[in-house]
Amino acid sequence: MTRKGRRLVLIGSALGVLAIAAGLMLYALTDTIVFFRSPSEIAAEHPAPGTRLRLGGLVKQGSVEKQDDAHIRFVVTDGGADVRVGYTGLLPDLFREGQGVVAEGQLLPDGSFRADSVLAKHDEKYMPKEVADALKKQGVWKEGEGVQ
Amino acid sequence: MIPEIGHYALVLALALAILQTVLPIWGARAGDEALMRVGPPLAIAFAGFVILSFAALVAVYVQSDFSVVNVVENSHSMKPLLYKITGTWGNHEGSMLLWVLVLALFGGTVALFGSNLPSRLKANVIGVQGSIGVAFLLFILLTSNPFLRMVPAPAEGRDLNPILQDIGLAIHPPLLYLGYVGFSVTFAFAIAALIDGRIDAAWARWVRPWALAAWAFLTVGIAMGSYWAYYELGWGGWWFWDPVENASLMPWFAGTALIHSAVVMEKRDALKVWTILLAILAFSLSLLGTFLVRSGVLTSVHAFATDPTRGVFILAILVAFIGGSLALFAWRAPLLRQGGIFAPVSREGALVLNNLLLTASAAAVLVGTLYPLALEAFNGEKITVGPPYFNVTVGALMLPVAFAMPFGPLLAWKRGDLVGVGQRLMAAFALALVAAGVVAVATEGGPVLAPFGIGLAAFVILGAVTDLAERAGLGRVSPGTMLARLRGLPRAAYGTMLAHAGIGICLLGIVAETSWSSERIIGAKPGDAFPVGGFELRLERLEPRTGPNYRDVAAVFSVRRGGVEEGTVESSKRIFTARNMPTTEAGIRTFGFSQLYVSVGDELPGGGIGVRAYYKPLVTLIWLGAVVMALGGALSLSDRRLRVGAPKPARRKQPAALPAAAE
Repeated sequence: MTRKGRRLVLIGSALGVLAIAAGLMLYALTDTIVFFRSPSEIAAEHPAPGTRLRLGGLVKQGSVEKQDDAHIRFVVTDGGADVRVGYTGLLPDLFREGQGVVAEGQLLPDGSFRADSVLAKHDEKYMPKEVADALKKQGVWKEGEGVQ
Repeated sequence: MIPEIGHYALVLALALAILQTVLPIWGARAGDEALMRVGPPLAIAFAGFVILSFAALVAVYVQSDFSVVNVVENSHSMKPLLYKITGTWGNHEGSMLLWVLVLALFGGTVALFGSNLPSRLKANVIGVQGSIGVAFLLFILLTSNPFLRMVPAPAEGRDLNPILQDIGLAIHPPLLYLGYVGFSVTFAFAIAALIDGRIDAAWARWVRPWALAAWAFLTVGIAMGSYWAYYELGWGGWWFWDPVENASLMPWFAGTALIHSAVVMEKRDALKVWTILLAILAFSLSLLGTFLVRSGVLTSVHAFATDPTRGVFILAILVAFIGGSLALFAWRAPLLRQGGIFAPVSREGALVLNNLLLTASAAAVLVGTLYPLALEAFNGEKITVGPPYFNVTVGALMLPVAFAMPFGPLLAWKRGDLVGVGQRLMAAFALALVAAGVVAVATEGGPVLAPFGIGLAAFVILGAVTDLAERAGLGRVSPGTMLARLRGLPRAAYGTMLAHAGIGICLLGIVAETSWSSERIIGAKPGDAFPVGGFELRLERLEPRTGPNYRDVAAVFSVRRGGVEEGTVESSKRIFTARNMPTTEAGIRTFGFSQLYVSVGDELPGGGIGVRAYYKPLVTLIWLGAVVMALGGALSLSDRRLRVGAPKPARRKQPAALPAAAE
């Protein structure tokens, strides 16, 4: 093979790998992204049941119900609207009423939300960014102010 | 007094770093030997002052000096000594100082052991290292001073985040930074070569040890971070494709590509421009990682208190270094002469394939990590790119890497014989097929793809061994000769074998854990028993206890397998008194390479407790594989051909920038 031919093979295979990689990324991105929604947005948009979402807001005071089979119910609110959430599993350590939370899962036909993972923060100074933004939109929380 | 000494040492270090940036590079431009020679002493002095400053911060923590804001916010007088020390870098300011400390140590090492470097190259390398020091010291002094005083001093501190009060904090960040910042040396070499406009095979010889060291540290650093998250977060997951994890994985991919392309450059004088670009990319991705972790622009399960205003400063550093180096690359790279022609099927060809797939993986992770940021900036939509994206893209790109891995080292340089190599790998391939078959029969009804995964992992491990056996002449020479040959093989050969086998071991763990884990979530009262993965767990008692700075309730489970008592495992809910913050301590029992993992949740209304139990087969292989990989790197590093300061072959002493002979 000539020098030129070899270089062509090299560049061709490089472009081939790049094209495959780009195709993979585009395919995977259209399929696997999950949107973040606050309770007010869900109330306004009525996403179709079964849609995978990340729901973020504050755990409503007095809403947490624990059952003996480790099933938990609570309400996520952003001041504008509420969403009921059901979850089976262990809650994160810093999950508390009145604190920020992000739940990932699906909307059910009755308008409630079935979470398969619940994230709270790691640190009492830290508020998940999406939750902070969503709360600011509703005027519940301001920069530099802890939520108690 | 000590905080002021630390602060002052940092200011002096900044002044030294400015001199270190300007003088040697100026000397190299002007051809002034005397100016070039001031580089090494400046780099060593810089390291000395940074060490002094870091020592001052540690001392302030050990003394629990609550007149320093940083100590108040992150320490407590009742905290065990180890966590007082590790707490030094368990916060933003301290961890940035650790970053600079590692930078200074690497710079000092280059200055001390770089005596065999050509003086111009050395001057430029030290100058570039100095400029990184200037940028990060300015960042610390202007936005994140760890020595800030507090008046009046409170009597007690607010304690370190309990999740960080763990041996993991002593191990993970220093190792990770040794990896991240280690790539600053290869970056400096790349920039120095670009400034000079010349590069040769000897350059790759000087760069490879640094790249290998950084890569080995990064490998263990990532693995230790993964294990720490696994046992500390109590979720039983070992990789979340979280932005902070991705931030460490991207430089790892680029660094892995770099240590391979540097081999091609050293041995065959080819892929020069590409190697330079990889050296720039590896460090750029490290900087990007620092930015993502420190600025808090992305929501992460590992994120601790972050401060977006500082993010702008790091972003500026990022833009200056990445933009500057890429611009320099675009301007100077065409000057570098290409050489070393090779056939597509050859060792070089295999390494090019490895490089393409690894950089594509890094790109896939980068796109997945930054896409949410880009989309939010573009239309305000908030999204998450979850594990499925990364599993599909990185999985699909890494599968061919794993399959091709045994072939690479067996192919000849310049022109390889794929059929011949295939024949030599027949035994490994046949054994891997048998392994896959046995697994398929034993786990009938389980995940269909798992046996293929196990077969692939076996092929990678056996292929690595085949390479060594082939080099020793297995089956062709007498056992005595074979042993003598094995002894005579360079350590780098064993290093390659270990590193490749480590990938296979890691893959084995990943496949087994993801395919055959069992999980159980229940509410249990004392006396309740439940099965998980062939074990029977029984909640024996809930036991309240007190520790030095916490109270906890331990759930003690007895473990039985097939009716035989296997001791106990306990998980606890801990409340740290200073912050009134709860944490979960997972209970882990290791059986062979597999683990039983139990974590407890909140107390339930009926007097029970939420329990999550897993059996994770072969899970420890994931981290052991990474340790084996890093050992391979360390072994290669100890090869006398690569050792820093080892005498060079005479022919390398000539100015080797001659264009390679055209074919």
